[in-house]
Amino acid sequence: MKPHTLSVLVENKAGVLSRVTGLFSRRGYNIESLAVGTCEEPGMSRITIVCIGDDAGIEQVMKQLNKLIDVIKVSDLTDNERVERELALIKVNAEPGTSRAEIMQLATIFRAQIIDVGTKTIILSLTGDTEKIDALEKLLHQYGVKEFVRTGRIAMIRGTKAVKSGK
Amino acid sequence: MKTGAKILVEGLQREGVETIFGYPGGVVLPIYDELYDSSLRHILVRHEQAAAHAADGFARASGRVGVCLATSGPGACNLVTGIATAYMDSVPIVAITGQVPTSLLGNDAFQESDITGITLPVTKHNYLVKRTEDLGRVLREAFYIAGTGRKGPVLIDIPKDVSMKAIEYEHPGPEPVTLRGYQPTIKGHAKQIDKALEMILEAEQPVIYAGGGVIASDASAELLQLAETLMIPVTTTLMGLGAIPCDHPLNLGMLGMHGTRSANYAITESDLLLAIGVRFDDRVTGKLDSFASHARIIHIDIDPAEIGKNKKVDVPIVGDVRSVLQDMLAKIQKKKAYDRWLSRIRGWKEKHPLQYCCDGTLRPQYVVEQLSGILKGEGIIVSEVGQNQMWTAQYFCFRKPRTWITSGGLGTMGYGFPAAIGAQFACPGQVVFDIAGDGSFQMNIQELSTVASNKIPVKVAILNNRFLGMVRQWQELFHNRRYSFTELPPVDFVKVANAYGVDGIRVESCDDVVPAIKAAIETDGPFVLDFRVEREENVFPMVPAGAAINEMIGGQQR
Repeated sequence: MKPHTLSVLVENKAGVLSRVTGLFSRRGYNIESLAVGTCEEPGMSRITIVCIGDDAGIEQVMKQLNKLIDVIKVSDLTDNERVERELALIKVNAEPGTSRAEIMQLATIFRAQIIDVGTKTIILSLTGDTEKIDALEKLLHQYGVKEFVRTGRIAMIRGTKAVKSGK
Repeated sequence: MKTGAKILVEGLQREGVETIFGYPGGVVLPIYDELYDSSLRHILVRHEQAAAHAADGFARASGRVGVCLATSGPGACNLVTGIATAYMDSVPIVAITGQVPTSLLGNDAFQESDITGITLPVTKHNYLVKRTEDLGRVLREAFYIAGTGRKGPVLIDIPKDVSMKAIEYEHPGPEPVTLRGYQPTIKGHAKQIDKALEMILEAEQPVIYAGGGVIASDASAELLQLAETLMIPVTTTLMGLGAIPCDHPLNLGMLGMHGTRSANYAITESDLLLAIGVRFDDRVTGKLDSFASHARIIHIDIDPAEIGKNKKVDVPIVGDVRSVLQDMLAKIQKKKAYDRWLSRIRGWKEKHPLQYCCDGTLRPQYVVEQLSGILKGEGIIVSEVGQNQMWTAQYFCFRKPRTWITSGGLGTMGYGFPAAIGAQFACPGQVVFDIAGDGSFQMNIQELSTVASNKIPVKVAILNNRFLGMVRQWQELFHNRRYSFTELPPVDFVKVANAYGVDGIRVESCDDVVPAIKAAIETDGPFVLDFRVEREENVFPMVPAGAAINEMIGGQQR
């Protein structure tokens, strides 16, 4: 059992996401992370799904996904050299004084951007892999994290190879 | 200018549809108004579930796409069991439902239900059509998706304003539908076919395990030719009955939970399993680890997701069964004699025929055997679900594909009678029998009104034991005979039939079975035969749940 990153090209139509996610719950698989957006192909969207399972289970999920009429292509990126990113927004308590300075130092170390400064809080924006985001969130806890929002993971194979349509 | 309703009705006719089964209601009024003077024949059922089953029975008997129609909300929800039944058995139907107007969608309007959401897990695909302009295209796609690849049900949900709106419209030409996300593989991979043929030559004890995919792809002739050319014995699943004539020397009969001993022994001893259009269902395999555990497996199926789903496969061949078998037949150069294996199998067949107690009491197996003898492989047999279904599978001699229609995957009680109505429209000249239990028949008994008013000559043979027999059998064997809610009160089915205007006879002795069946067949219209059979008869042999398929109980000489 290990996490698999699946890239799913779908028709950009109403209801497609529920067809895809419904299939996971129906067949007893959990989605760890989900990200959806339009992509370079006109009329299509790309869904990136992280799902934990054994190889046979993931193969079955991919085959079932392929059976959906609105699914154009399914690829498992897991065995490829790839880059993966998530985006997090963190609203943290930062009274003027030492804690605010410390938080800004942490932001620099993590290459997080400060995108809002209020009288009592700061919003940080951080891009990176799961571990990096988890690490910063943990460090910020001592100051009091008021709100923590993160996207699902997106991924791309390194080099010239790309996940294109053509099922 | 054409309304959506007109585009729909004309579109159905352009797809070759002659008969649809349906039930009217508020939001389908525009469609029903269009049907009022259309040449498309509409059969009014008495419950929407029956419309879905009738479309399914029509599809299975004819090999064409069946069509049903219902209104929104309760009408659409009543179709669901029928759609799920078709989905599990890969039957091509198009279900059309009305929906509240687009302006009210999501508003909890009167008779609104999210039927595309509800049917998501039990349709091959479904559509909510929000623009009249899309209706014609969607209808073409629906027929294409339902009737190609691994066949299955497609639902089209049409809001009332979409069917009412009139637009400038011309039907599309005959060019084929193309969908970038749907391109089923028809032709099998040549190298895989070569590998399979090599493997067959290496085997000493091969068995063909054939299922519903052979019927669905109309490959029975190719299957028979392959079996006879290579001299490999054939066992079929419940869904595959009729793919090979029952009395063919290479036929082992059905395998699995209520299969023959010879079929289950052959599978267990085999060293090569040629699985064709099957899905290794739990009712077939029993304990999975023991199923064909000495065999290498070749699996031919149109659905890649079926390959390796339950059992590891050595040579997968994805493709249409008929196309793959034709390619295999064309490539056969060498043959091998499996004489020792065939003689062992003959021994099993002689030693373990299907048998039941003959002490003069009226037994259900006897009724099925007599019907089989009278029809001599002609006619179409539909069943309900439970003991009636298993006895028919065991004791009716099927000789041709599409003459056996039953709910295999979902096991839907109440399926048989409405499916028989659909089958009768597919094959108007044929005798169509629904073999029923008293429990199942009462699940769609209201369709007596449909057969009476339309003079549909379907015959119903009720194996009436006043029990929900299969559940009672499990209670007898595994729950210490505690018959919890499985006993049914006596019903005078002849009187019920008469009340609807249908003739019927009650039969209580063996001597009266044949004359009663003949009387039913000779009657022009529908007919009900109420066979009062031995109440606690069991279906044997039987593989207890979780056991290996060679560990069968019952069915030996008593």
